[in-house]
Amino acid sequence: MNPTVSCRRATELLSEQLDRELSLEEKAALKAHLLICRGCRAVDQQFRFLRDAIRDLVDGDEPPSRG
Amino acid sequence: MRPDFHRELEALRPVLVRYASHVLRAPQAAEDAVQETLLAALASPTAFDGRASMRTWLTGILKHKCIDVVRREQRQAPVAAPDPEAAAHEFEDLFDERDHWREHPHEWQTPEAALQQKEFRRVLESCLSHLPRRTVQAFLLREQLGREIEEICRDLGLSAANCSVLLHRSRMALRLCLQKNWFRA
Repeated sequence: MNPTVSCRRATELLSEQLDRELSLEEKAALKAHLLICRGCRAVDQQFRFLRDAIRDLVDGDEPPSRG
Repeated sequence: MRPDFHRELEALRPVLVRYASHVLRAPQAAEDAVQETLLAALASPTAFDGRASMRTWLTGILKHKCIDVVRREQRQAPVAAPDPEAAAHEFEDLFDERDHWREHPHEWQTPEAALQQKEFRRVLESCLSHLPRRTVQAFLLREQLGREIEEICRDLGLSAANCSVLLHRSRMALRLCLQKNWFRA
């Protein structure tokens, strides 16, 4: 894999890392990209937040006693 | 059977319908899945051991009913694989010809505070409702039902690459929708 990835490709990897284990090459390329790209760092935060938000949407009115 | 078993089940019906509505999208299909769930619960009340909450027990049953419905729909109307040509042109407003951001996204400020607000849930539900049905199903099988990607591919009859395309598309569309309707600077 090309060691430098585009922002579009980085967003694909940011999505895929939530669904599968990335290869070492993919991880390295993504990590290098995130170091220099604050836009993609924001997307990383946003994708992770979406996961929390969906769980909250489904479980949100569970009594506070839930573990 | 617990004396209030029947009433407890009925009281949870709205919660269950909402749970099924997200992933199934069609109100009738959601009602049917919930009905089947309640019947299954009534048929074997002793399966409820009281260790988990009744809601957790029922959503566990409902989850499998929802997956059955998705698979049934898939057999009746197979999902078209995303067109790779079209996918390459997706999000052209966001990326330039070198596939870099035209305009850098910004981190959302204290997004977790949004989770405390009813209005945010409404906006998120509305964003979900604007996604194509199969796209949102792939996304919610993953994020709501916690299915592994291989299982989602099987449920929807898609290749792993195509599943990933649907999940990426969902996340990109949802972040844009929330950016526009909730987190605007």
